[in-house]
Amino acid sequence: MSKAIDQWAAITERAASVQERASAASERAQRRVRAVVWHLAPWLLPAVLFTLWSIGCARGWIAPQILPPPQQVFDTLYDLAISGDLARNTLVSLQRVLVGFGVGALAGFLIGAALGLSRTVEAYLLPAFNALVQIPVLGWLPFLLLLVGVGEPLKYILIAHAALVPVTLSTMQGVRNTPATLDEVARVFGYNRLQRVVYIVLPAAVPTLATGVRLAFTKAWLALVVVELVASSEGLGYLIVYGRQLFQLDLVMASVVIVGAIGFAINRALDALEARLRRGQPSAFRE
Amino acid sequence: MPSTRPLPRLFSPRKASGPPPCSCDAPVKPERQSALKQRLSAFNWRGLVLPLAAFALWWLVSALHLVKSGLLVSPADVARTAWQQIQSGALLRALSASLAREASGFVIGTAGGLLLGAALGFSRVATRLIGPTFDTFKQISLFAWIPLISVWFGLGDMAKVVFLSLAALLPVAAHTCDGIHAVSPRYVEVARAFRYSRLQMARFVILPAALPSIFTGIYLALIYSWLATLGAEYLLVAGSGIGNTLIDGSEQFRMDLVLFGIIVVGATGWALNALARGVERRVLARRTGVSRERAAA
Repeated sequence: MSKAIDQWAAITERAASVQERASAASERAQRRVRAVVWHLAPWLLPAVLFTLWSIGCARGWIAPQILPPPQQVFDTLYDLAISGDLARNTLVSLQRVLVGFGVGALAGFLIGAALGLSRTVEAYLLPAFNALVQIPVLGWLPFLLLLVGVGEPLKYILIAHAALVPVTLSTMQGVRNTPATLDEVARVFGYNRLQRVVYIVLPAAVPTLATGVRLAFTKAWLALVVVELVASSEGLGYLIVYGRQLFQLDLVMASVVIVGAIGFAINRALDALEARLRRGQPSAFRE
Repeated sequence: MPSTRPLPRLFSPRKASGPPPCSCDAPVKPERQSALKQRLSAFNWRGLVLPLAAFALWWLVSALHLVKSGLLVSPADVARTAWQQIQSGALLRALSASLAREASGFVIGTAGGLLLGAALGFSRVATRLIGPTFDTFKQISLFAWIPLISVWFGLGDMAKVVFLSLAALLPVAAHTCDGIHAVSPRYVEVARAFRYSRLQMARFVILPAALPSIFTGIYLALIYSWLATLGAEYLLVAGSGIGNTLIDGSEQFRMDLVLFGIIVVGATGWALNALARGVERRVLARRTGVSRERAAA
């Protein structure tokens, strides 16, 4: 009798544990489904928009002159890539932005460092700099158009100017905000001025500077597109204008996609670089 | 205000302006100077050297005819053009057209940006659903949209206002969202302990804490939309505006008109900047007594 009861108890126990395990499994499955939905959620909006776009074009709700079907945009993109037009124009644009950005960022770094390190330079230069900064890049365009013409220098100057301002301001801020305690320690150790700048001030300014450089690149990329839209005969911006003039919206959209993709990629790269620089930062301050 | 890069107390950051706390070389004057005198002595006269030198050089070069070029106009020419533009009302017309567009685009874009940013900031689902798409969209250079906008909305005011609203919307939405996300969880915990309702939480905890960031967004929106006004007038060439004045000057090889236009653009940008800063300071000062004192000082 007691044996039977024991058996019965064992059976019910096992049944309960099986049930428990099953419910745990279903809960896990539910959680997994929820996780998958959570992961896929960002793609929902683009997917809906894309579906609307392709269905709208297929059903004729949207005239192809207003919005070309996605297939046509992809075809144009493919044609551009095959014919080499894409590579050529992208290279031209990238070269412009790299030269302009490099010159502008370097000049901005030097000016910003001078402004941050010396009160005298600041007193003489900063008001004039602030006044000139009030005029946006686009304001200079007609002026430079008259002064240097429509050639490459125009693009370099405008892009360099766009990059210069944020780098100058962030360098100045970074240099100024060097913790006074670090500077004092360096003085105690008998560092001379150059050593203090190289070993104390510049490393302390790196995080602020990195933010400025990233902002500068965004501005330079924006300036590139504007300059190429207004005055150029090659480059990605020119492709956009050309497509617009011929009413080939597929070409316009394909170029916009390329412009966006490159801007996005470079921004991501700079993001990673900035994160790495910031990660290295605390060790400089670690006691 | 939640600082983006909090410095430990240990480090006393060197302030950008003002004398160091113990400036031993500064003469101590017991008698109080008059306000005007104080202002005059505080004014940075050295800052005027560079602009004055540049102006003198310009005047000298044009007066002595050192450079033979139709592009080199004298300061007097620019002044004459300026007077002409002001007197004939051309400046007023162009500037008011530009500013009206800027204002409507700014208002629409800011309203949309606040709504979008609040949705992104408050709702995790909305962040997940819209956030990445919004971030990607933000990356695309704004001006690249102009050709498409011109096809969809024409070349008139409609297209320009759409473009300007877009330019204003992006920074406002991004900063509103950031500001709400950056609210310290400690405040939220306290509010939870006091059993604040959702509305109370938004009104008394999150909004005040996020306000500085939201203001930064609006401030940027004002500047971006001014830049975009110029861009729209260059690229969607129709109607009048200060950008059209500049383009006309450039096309007619009239450097005096271009220089005048640049001065007007710079001055307008500066005025918008000052306006935004003044409003920001006033609103934030009302919120906390500390910054009011700082604003008054």
